[in-house]
Amino acid sequence: MRKLISVWQRVRQLSGDDAYERYLAHYAEHHAQANAAPPLSRAAFFKQWQDQQWTGVKRCC
Amino acid sequence: MMKAFWSRAGWAGLALLGAVALARVAMARGESLNALWLMTAAVCVYLIGYRFYSAWIAANVLAIDATRATPAERLNNGRDYVPTHRWVVFGHHFAAIAGPGPLVGPTLAAQFGYLPGTLWILIGAVLGGAVQDMVSLFLSTRRNGRSLGQMARDEIGAIGGTAALIGTFLIMIILIAVLGLVVVNAMKHSPWGTSTVAATIPIAMLVGVYMRYLRPGRVLEASLLGVVLLLASVVFGGWVDHHPVLAAWFDHDGLPLAFSVIAYGFAAAVLPVWLLLAPRDYLSTYMKLGTVLMLAIAILWLRPEIHMPAITPFIDGSGPIFGGKLFPFVFITIACGAISGFHALIASGTTPKLISSEGDIRMIGYGAMLLESFVAIMAMIAATVLEPGVYFAINSPAGVVGKEALDAVNTISSWGYEVSVAQMQHLASAMGESTLFARTGGAPSLAVGMASILGTVFGEHLLALWYHFAIMFEAIFILTTLDAGTRVGRFMLQDMLGNLHPKLGETSYTPSVILTSALVVAGWGYFLYIGVIDPNGGVNILWPLFGIANQMLAAIALSVATGILIKSGKVNKAWITGLPLFWLLAITTTAAYEKIFSDDIRVGFFAAANDLSHKLSIGSLPPEKAAVAPQLIFNQQLDAWLTLFFVLMLWVVVLDMLRMSRRKLAGLAVLPDSEAAYVASRLI
Repeated sequence: MRKLISVWQRVRQLSGDDAYERYLAHYAEHHAQANAAPPLSRAAFFKQWQDQQWTGVKRCC
Repeated sequence: MMKAFWSRAGWAGLALLGAVALARVAMARGESLNALWLMTAAVCVYLIGYRFYSAWIAANVLAIDATRATPAERLNNGRDYVPTHRWVVFGHHFAAIAGPGPLVGPTLAAQFGYLPGTLWILIGAVLGGAVQDMVSLFLSTRRNGRSLGQMARDEIGAIGGTAALIGTFLIMIILIAVLGLVVVNAMKHSPWGTSTVAATIPIAMLVGVYMRYLRPGRVLEASLLGVVLLLASVVFGGWVDHHPVLAAWFDHDGLPLAFSVIAYGFAAAVLPVWLLLAPRDYLSTYMKLGTVLMLAIAILWLRPEIHMPAITPFIDGSGPIFGGKLFPFVFITIACGAISGFHALIASGTTPKLISSEGDIRMIGYGAMLLESFVAIMAMIAATVLEPGVYFAINSPAGVVGKEALDAVNTISSWGYEVSVAQMQHLASAMGESTLFARTGGAPSLAVGMASILGTVFGEHLLALWYHFAIMFEAIFILTTLDAGTRVGRFMLQDMLGNLHPKLGETSYTPSVILTSALVVAGWGYFLYIGVIDPNGGVNILWPLFGIANQMLAAIALSVATGILIKSGKVNKAWITGLPLFWLLAITTTAAYEKIFSDDIRVGFFAAANDLSHKLSIGSLPPEKAAVAPQLIFNQQLDAWLTLFFVLMLWVVVLDMLRMSRRKLAGLAVLPDSEAAYVASRLI
């Protein structure tokens, strides 16, 4: 069962399904000072993430 | 002690099994060979290469150091630099490197028999391609994820860097053209195929809107919806095919289909990424992984017999699918399944920014290429389980074997590969197609091979569904490469034009976006157009051109790697990339020489152009061929000059690398090593 959960987590990570949760975790760890800008909303984050995913060579032959 | 003994005994046993399987594959003459032997030989070769050769390179040549912090750790910004679990990086990397190349190349190379292609897929991957990918990944990781072009510029010199950049741009143009041609040939007069492929566009858009606006960021939900709809589109295509009115809507000649692909390519490059490109990419990745896995299971389950002989008489250069002798054209044709220069672009730039430990480089760089090579082996199996007569009937262009079915079967049967019109008609109707003659490009024959393997395991009466599933599967990720490639080409062009006029270099400046997209699409659209009007099918010209370009890029990547190894004082170990480089130089230079200077009109571009203009001037061409002859003549000449340009680019980089290495060995000043300084990792 533990194995299955870890595979599911990998699948979520691979597809980017959990990208927002990971962003929040990163935010909490690095930018959570009192005067910092609040974290992005899920929709705003996803927009940025998706556009950034598609810079550079992504696919080949 | 006991454990070490059993481990050694296990590896010795595996080596023995591999040797037996390879011997079976290489020695089988006359009697038929089971595909399982091919799979066994391949898996043993990969395991041994991975366990011993890649481990030796990692430890003794690259001196991989797991205590050293990677760029992902040092520069972690939660966006592009993110330390990521090794299996996730492996998945991303494999999805990025695995495209349609290893499916098409082996299918075409099967005209020489199954043996030459198979041997090169195995040897080339273990000693060449996987080494290139792993070393490029390592070098870029040590240099904060710099791209191949940047590394060439920083480490060798400005000339090499510029050559690498221009080479990459041109490869992209040829690659997209040939892939577009493969899709067009698969959709030609196939209402089922065309309607299914067309349906993938609105499906991708729906998934895009779902992920962006309906349920933002719920990638897996959206993907599941997309996959279900894609499967439904295959069934829907069958319904269209039987519908008297709708079938006519989707039943087209090559030329209108080519123009649709060109229009689509332009739209995809200009539309926002989230609407079409990103969702299509998700779907194609799932389809790719799922289908490859399913095919492997089906081959293991079914253990099909290989019907193609080990070696055919066409090694003398007279093959119907493409002209040219075994050496060098089997290497040029296999291309991506053994060594792909393109991988060096992924291995430098994108992947290194995700790696959390240097210890993962071997598994990701070397391992992912072995998996790609395994895909090529499966494509080879799918092509060679067909009866050779059927294989040649599907893949030989009408210009070579004749336009009428009866002429085609007579020509093919005269080579000793029996096939009949009735057999081909029966096969076509089982697959739900009107005809399977002269369906060049490799996709239809791969789909027939896959359908017969998958159909036997997962339902015989579903052959037509499996066939069109396979066509949809190939088309969806060919179109992904087409979208992504056009966009990358556009960025490169904008970058180059930005040097002339800064405004054109802005990626958000709409007139520049439209101008550069149109230029890139016009570039590949031209080659696609010529490929479609060429009565010899176009693939016989474009695929070797692509192969030469791709191997040229691989040679550039290997040059950069060899130069850096020599520079960092590892002269006596630089052969790990130096030998594959030497081999690629030999095959690309020979192939380019033959394509330019050969007197054989099926090989030499100038010879073909001269022959055609001679025939045109004495009026011996049939009217439909005379109408397109001037364009074909111009194209053959253009291809010759392009080939010359590729091989010159390659030699410029190699000579520049040798110049730098000689200076280094003579103790003279060279550009400084741009490796990032050691920082201890805190992740372990």
